[in-house]
Amino acid sequence: MAKTVEGLYYSESHEWVKVEGNVAIVGITDFAQHAMGDLSYVDMPEVDDEIEAGEEFGAVESVKAASDLFSPVSGTVVEINEALEDAPELLNEDAFENWIIKVEMSDPSQLEALMDAAAYEAMCANE
Amino acid sequence: MKYYDKLIFDLSKEGRQGYSLPSRKWNAVLADLPAGLVRGEEPALPQVSELDAVRHYTNLSQMNFGVDSGFYPLGSCTMKYNPKINEEIAAHPGFAGVHPLQPDATVQGALWVYEQLAKSLSEITGMAEFTLNPFAGAHGELTGLMIIRQYHMARGDEKRTRIIVPDSAHGTNPASAAVCGLEIVQVKSKENGLVDVEDLKPLLDDTIAGIMMTNPNTLGLFEKDIKEIAALVHECGGLLYYDGANMNPLVGMVRPGDMGFDVLHLNLHKTFSTPHGGGGPGAGPVGVAAHLAPYLPVPKVVRGEDGLLHMVGADGEACGRVSGFMGNFGVLLRAFTYILMLGNENVKMVGPLAVLGANYIKESLKDCFELPIDSVCKHEFVFDGLKDKSTEVTTLDVAKRLLDYGFHAPTIYFPLLFHQAIMIEPTETESKETLDGFIEIMKHIAAEAIEDPESLKTAPHTTPVRRLDETTAARQPILKYKDII
Amino acid sequence: MAFAYFPHTEDDIKQMLDKIGVGSLRDLYSDVPEDVIYDKEYDLPSALSEEEVRRYFSNVASMNMQKICLCGLGAYDHYSPSVIPYITSRSEFLTAYTPYQPEVSQGTLRYIFEYQSMITELTGMDCTNASMYDGATAAAEAMMMAMASTKKKTRVLISEGLLPQVVEVVKTYAKYNGVQLTSVPCVDGQTSYGALVAELAAGDVAGVLVPGINKYGIIEDHTGFADAVHAQKGLFMIYSDPSSLAVIRTPGEWGADVVCGDSQSLGVPLCFGGPYVGFLACRKEHVRKLPGRIVGATKDVDGKRAYVLTLQAREQHIRREKATSNICSNQSLMALYVTVYLSLMGPKGLREVNQLSYGAAHYLHDSLLATGLFEEVSDKPFLKEFTLRALVPVEQLQKEMLDAGFFGAVEVEPGLVNFCATEKISEQDVCQLVGVLKNVNWQIK
Repeated sequence: MAKTVEGLYYSESHEWVKVEGNVAIVGITDFAQHAMGDLSYVDMPEVDDEIEAGEEFGAVESVKAASDLFSPVSGTVVEINEALEDAPELLNEDAFENWIIKVEMSDPSQLEALMDAAAYEAMCANE
Repeated sequence: MKYYDKLIFDLSKEGRQGYSLPSRKWNAVLADLPAGLVRGEEPALPQVSELDAVRHYTNLSQMNFGVDSGFYPLGSCTMKYNPKINEEIAAHPGFAGVHPLQPDATVQGALWVYEQLAKSLSEITGMAEFTLNPFAGAHGELTGLMIIRQYHMARGDEKRTRIIVPDSAHGTNPASAAVCGLEIVQVKSKENGLVDVEDLKPLLDDTIAGIMMTNPNTLGLFEKDIKEIAALVHECGGLLYYDGANMNPLVGMVRPGDMGFDVLHLNLHKTFSTPHGGGGPGAGPVGVAAHLAPYLPVPKVVRGEDGLLHMVGADGEACGRVSGFMGNFGVLLRAFTYILMLGNENVKMVGPLAVLGANYIKESLKDCFELPIDSVCKHEFVFDGLKDKSTEVTTLDVAKRLLDYGFHAPTIYFPLLFHQAIMIEPTETESKETLDGFIEIMKHIAAEAIEDPESLKTAPHTTPVRRLDETTAARQPILKYKDII
Repeated sequence: MAFAYFPHTEDDIKQMLDKIGVGSLRDLYSDVPEDVIYDKEYDLPSALSEEEVRRYFSNVASMNMQKICLCGLGAYDHYSPSVIPYITSRSEFLTAYTPYQPEVSQGTLRYIFEYQSMITELTGMDCTNASMYDGATAAAEAMMMAMASTKKKTRVLISEGLLPQVVEVVKTYAKYNGVQLTSVPCVDGQTSYGALVAELAAGDVAGVLVPGINKYGIIEDHTGFADAVHAQKGLFMIYSDPSSLAVIRTPGEWGADVVCGDSQSLGVPLCFGGPYVGFLACRKEHVRKLPGRIVGATKDVDGKRAYVLTLQAREQHIRREKATSNICSNQSLMALYVTVYLSLMGPKGLREVNQLSYGAAHYLHDSLLATGLFEEVSDKPFLKEFTLRALVPVEQLQKEMLDAGFFGAVEVEPGLVNFCATEKISEQDVCQLVGVLKNVNWQIK
C-alpha cells in the first residue's frame, strides 16, 4: 500500500503540494512513483518559467514509460530540485522527501480545488 | 549462439590497416590547407587488419537472431522470408553504381524500375498513383499527411488542422501527425476492438483534415464499418489515411482504394519482402487517389513526350520534397523483384495464407492464453497474457522463455489496450511444421508457468547474454566507447 | 500451384482450416464486407523464374549508363572495400528487425554502439543516435531538435550554402511543422557572418544550420559563429560530410551543438540515391531531444557487458504525439556499412582517402582551368569538390563529357558547375577528359 502524508494537498494526476507561505512545493506521490517503477529521468522546467494550474510542466520517465507532470497551481517556478537531474531514483526512494519544483503561487485559492490525504487515498483505492 | 565480448576498438593496434588504396602522388597535399580549417587530433578510430574485422563482425553476427535463423512472429512487423534473389538483383553493378544526379537519359533503367513498381503497387492497392520517395513507414505517414494538408490548403480550406486517430493506433500515427503540425483527436474503440462509429460522429466537423486508420487494426481485426466511416469522413470534407503497416493480410483479397481510402503508405520491408536490416533501411511508398496526385512530393517520375522517363522537380502543387534523392532505390529494386517472382498467380495467396497461419495459432493456443476478443483475425492477433493468472508469470517472462527455445519473441505490451498483450504474426512464408513447433513450445511454457514459474522469471538462460539492467542504462547512459574506458 | 515462398501443401491448408473450423480460405474473410473483396484478376505479369528475373534485370540495368563519376553534391563515388557487402549480407544482420529483444540481438546492438563511438569521434560530439534515413531528413530533424530544445522560439536560420536538396527537404518539414525558416546568404562563396549576426539580432532564433563544406565545395570558416548563436541562446548546427571530418576542423572544434549529414561517403554505394544513412549527433545536454534509436552499454544479470536500446521514453512509441520526432526505425544495415568501413580504414585510411581525393580534385581543377573553358569563382580552400564558371554552354559541356564517358559539370547555379574527384580518379582520367574537352567544337555561348 502506497503511503500518503497528512497536511499536504493532492491532485488527481498524483502530484502533492506542500505550502510554505506563498510558495507551493510540488512533487509526485508514492502511489505515482510505485506505478511508474524505477525512474530514469525527470524532465523539469526552468526557473522563472510561468506555469498554469492543470497544465503540464514536465515529465517523469522510467525505462519504458513516460508520464507528464501537471501543475496543481499557477505561478512562477522559483526553484527546481537539481539533485533529481543526476539521481531520479530519489523519487523512488522517498517521493515525499524529494520535491520536484517550487512555485511562487499567483492564486493560492487554487489549493482549495485539491484533495486532502484521505480523499486522495480513497481515489487511489478506486484506481 | 555464443557470447563474444569484444568491441572493434579492443582489437585495435597502432600501425595495422584493413584497406587497400592506390599509391598516387599528387602535387596538392592536405598540408596546404589553412591551419584554422584543419582538425586538431587524429580521430581515435580502430586500426585493424582485414581478417580482424571480418572475424569480429562474423562473431557479432552470431549473437543475432534473424528470420533466417528461426521463426520470428513479431506482431505488426510482418517478418516474412526475404528472398535471396532480391539481394542479388539489388547488388547488380548496373544499379549500384548509378549517381542520383545523372541526367535522365542515362538512368532510364532505374526510372523504369521506379515507374513499374509504382504501377504494380497501384494495381495491388487500388490507388491511382504512387511516390516511392519516402524512406520508411513513419516517413510515408508523414508524407501522406503533408499531402492531405496540402490538398486542404490548396482549396483554401485552412482551418482543417485536426486529425482523428483511433486509440488502438501505432504510436507513430499521432507522432507523425504532430510533426506535420496537426492536432490529434482520439476516437475510441468498442469492446469488440473496432472503431466506435457513434464516438466518431460527433468529432466530424469542418476542422477535421482526415482520419488515420490501420485496417486490419492493431488487434488484427478487420474494421468492418470501414465503408460507413469513409462515407462519414468524406461527407464532413475530410480524407482517409490508410496506415499500410498491416497490409499483408489484404494482399490479393482487398484493396484499400476500394474501401474509400484517399492516401496510404506501404512498408516494403513488411509486405513486399525486403529485409528489415536490423531496423532499416525500409521504404514507405505513398499511394493516392487520382484527385490527390498533384500533391505528391517531388521529384516525380513522369514519362515525357520524348518517350523517356524524367525526374520532375518543383511544380508548385506538390507538398514539397521529402527525400534527398529518389528514395531507398535499393529497397525498391528488391520489392519489384519480389513482385515479379510472385506474379499474378501467387499474389492472390499472400493474404489468405498469412491469415490462415494466424488463425491456426490463435485457435491452437486459446486454451492456454487469454484471448480477449474471440473472432476471426487477419494476419495477427493479441493474447492478454497467460490464461492462468494465478502464477504471477508475466508476458515478459513468456517472451524471454521463448528465446531459450529458439524462437524470437512476439511483440509484447502493444497494443496498450491490454496490460499483458502478446501480439503474434506468423506470415505466409512459415510452414505448418514451424507453426506446430511454436504452438507446442507455447503450450509447454504455459505448463511451466504453473509447475516451474522460476524458470520463466529468470529466463532466458541459453542466450549469449541474459536479462539486462535497462534502468542503469537509462539513468547513466554509456553511449560510446570513450564512456567505457 | 506450389511456389518457393509458400510452404503450404493442400493437405496442410485443409488441416489448418479444420483446426480453425472453417471450410475455405475465403471463409477467413467472412468479416470483410462482400463489396470490398477484390475478386478480379490483377493486371500484373505472370510469375517469372529466377533465371527469367536475372535476365529481366540485366536488360533493365543496361538501360542505365555507367560513367566515370566527377560529380559530388551529396553523393560521392568513394572506394568501398570488398569486406563490406560480405559482412552486410550476413543474414543474421540482414534479416533481423530492430533489437527489441536484446538477449538475441547483441550483434546489431554492438555494431550500433561501435557506430555511435565512431560518429561521435569524427564529429567531436558527445552522443549520436543509431542513424537516420539520409542527410536531408537528418537536417530536418536537426531543425526540429532546435525547436524542441528552445521551447518558445519560432525561427530557424539556414545557410544558402547547404546542398539544394537539403534546403528543399528542410523547407518542406518547416512548412508543415510551423517553423519560420530564414535563409542566410553566402557572400564570397561562404555563409555570411555579417548576415547571420543581423538575422540573430532580429531575435527569436532557435537554431542555425550551416554547411561544413558548402554546395560550392568550399570548406567554410565558422569563426565567431558559435559565439554569436549562443549569445542568442540558439543551437549552432553544422551539416557535414563525415568523410571530410577525419582531416578538416570538426563541428565540435567549431563549437557546434548539433551535427547532421549523410554518411554515404563512408562506404555506401551510390545506388541511385539510396539507401544512404543520415547521422545526427549532439552534445550531451541535448540528448533528451535527440530523435531516433540510441544504444547504451549495460550489464546483464550475470554481470556480462551487454548493449541495449536506451532512453526510449523519448520516442514515438511511448511519447506518441509528444515525441520530438515520428521516427521509428534507423538505417541499421547502412550504419553497419559505415561501421565496417571505418573499422577497415581507420584514421590513416580515412586520411589517405582525403589526401588522394584532395590531390585528384586539385589536379582536375587546375587542368580544367588551363583549358581556358572555365573561370575560377572563388579562391577559397576546397577538399574534393569545387565549382567553376563554364565559359562554354553548360548543356553542351555535359553532353560532351557523357560522350567521353564522364559524368559531371552539374549546374549549381546558372553557369556554375560542380566537379568532384575521389581516390578513384587517376591522372590518366583527368588527362583523357581534358584532351576531349580541348578538341570540342564549342557553340558560342
